[in-house]
Amino acid sequence: MKAVITVIGKDTVGILAKVSAKCAEYNVNVTEVTQSVLQDMFAMIMLVDISRINKDFSVLADEMNDLGESLKLSIHTMHEDIFNSMHKI
Amino acid sequence: MINAYDILETIRMIQDECLDIRTITMGISLLDCIDSDIDKACDKVYEKITRKAQNLVSTGEHIEKEYGIPIIHKRISVTPIAIVSAACQTKDPVRFALTLQKAADACGVNFIGGYSALVQKGFSAGDLDLINSIPEALSRTSNICSSVNVGSTRTGINMDAVALMGKIVKKSAEITADRDCIGPAKLVVFCNAVEDNPFMAGAFHGVGEPDCAINVGVSGPGVVRAAVAKYPDANISEIADVIKKTAFKITRMGQLVGSRASEMLDIPFGIVDLSLAPTPAVGDSVAHILEELGLETCGTHGTTAALALLNDAVKKGGVMASSHIGGLSGAFIPVSEDAGMINAARAGVLQLDKLEAMTAVCSVGLDMICVPGDIEPSTISAIIADEACIGMVNNKTTAVRLIPAIGKKEGDMLEFGGLLGSGPVMSIHKGSSEKFISRGGRLPAPMHSVKN
Repeated sequence: MKAVITVIGKDTVGILAKVSAKCAEYNVNVTEVTQSVLQDMFAMIMLVDISRINKDFSVLADEMNDLGESLKLSIHTMHEDIFNSMHKI
Repeated sequence: MINAYDILETIRMIQDECLDIRTITMGISLLDCIDSDIDKACDKVYEKITRKAQNLVSTGEHIEKEYGIPIIHKRISVTPIAIVSAACQTKDPVRFALTLQKAADACGVNFIGGYSALVQKGFSAGDLDLINSIPEALSRTSNICSSVNVGSTRTGINMDAVALMGKIVKKSAEITADRDCIGPAKLVVFCNAVEDNPFMAGAFHGVGEPDCAINVGVSGPGVVRAAVAKYPDANISEIADVIKKTAFKITRMGQLVGSRASEMLDIPFGIVDLSLAPTPAVGDSVAHILEELGLETCGTHGTTAALALLNDAVKKGGVMASSHIGGLSGAFIPVSEDAGMINAARAGVLQLDKLEAMTAVCSVGLDMICVPGDIEPSTISAIIADEACIGMVNNKTTAVRLIPAIGKKEGDMLEFGGLLGSGPVMSIHKGSSEKFISRGGRLPAPMHSVKN
């Protein structure tokens, strides 16, 4: 079971570190990361394995949302099925 | 890995273009709750609904978190109450409405639909009692929706029921006049009603349906409008393809959410209703799609053609995205629930006659239209008869949800608030239809109803 975490916003120090630390806290393994910084806009897409997550997925989604708000970033944590079903036949 | 562009597109649709799942509606059969003792029947109804739907809202909220997509409504539809109440010795169907309201409160759903009667060919025991109780039931409850099916392509139109419904709609408005005439906003008069519709106010759980089923209604006018906006110079064939692709993606969300809800609740998945359902929110308007297609204002000449194109493309795109489609499936055109329609109506460009033409090619009918408070019941009946005929002859569902604005006249506004929005009182023709409606009887089914 995988999920996608997207982070979009103004670049600051330690975004990747904070998001991955949160993943580690929930026993969520980061399997792939792509990121780009265009001028000062930061965009990161992270594919994570949630099969061994130690709490409910919705708790992680809420925590990530709160983390995003505290860093003034937009962080979305969504199950990969939504992307697969929408974009693959 | 999933394509980064696809991921961002999905997030943009949800964040900026109002993509959402409009409703997860649990259909519950009440056939096994029938009892000659009304107290026992009401107890059984309450017990069954609260048992089946106890986890509906929490499951919906869980799925919202899991997929990051808003699910706006969690609702319930039930067997038409006229069938359930017919067996009761005490003829007081309002008791069932109050029971449904109690069950809605207990489950936390925002509407229960099914205070309904199916009288397309005539009234059976219980039907007249129920229909006559509709104004009181809608006035004494806040989360119960009512519908009456007065015609079908197979049976023709029950003109006695049409005449009666004109009076019922008017009375529902009169006794809720102190609440912006909210009563008739929860009442739909159908021709060719469908049994698996997840959308309110017309949802009920047909007798051919399973004991319990999950039906999902999707939405996304904003997404379609944004997609069309990217192709300002495309021709109509190309635009139809753009809409189809977008509708496919929207409907896939419905399929995913519906199957997940069905799995979590251990209840069979019924259908996805692939609809474009607007809300009064900015960027969530069907009228704005029509305007994006090249009409200066919705309601002007060309609107019917643009809507036909949109409705057809939504169906063709959505059909492959779901294993079972059903409900009303198409574009809704409720006036008060659509910011673009409200503006067009206030500007006087969108008028009742054009809306009637549009209903020949949209998914339902004359929806959430405010009419002057002094309208004659027979005029309401005549509007219902016109609309039912469009449905009957064209083999489609049509419906009428008119709100007589008591004490108001043309140009005034009615404010319902929330998703029901607000609507300007629209003008109607002055000539009387009294004699025609008072004839009663049955309007014969069209030739193509004989198709076996």
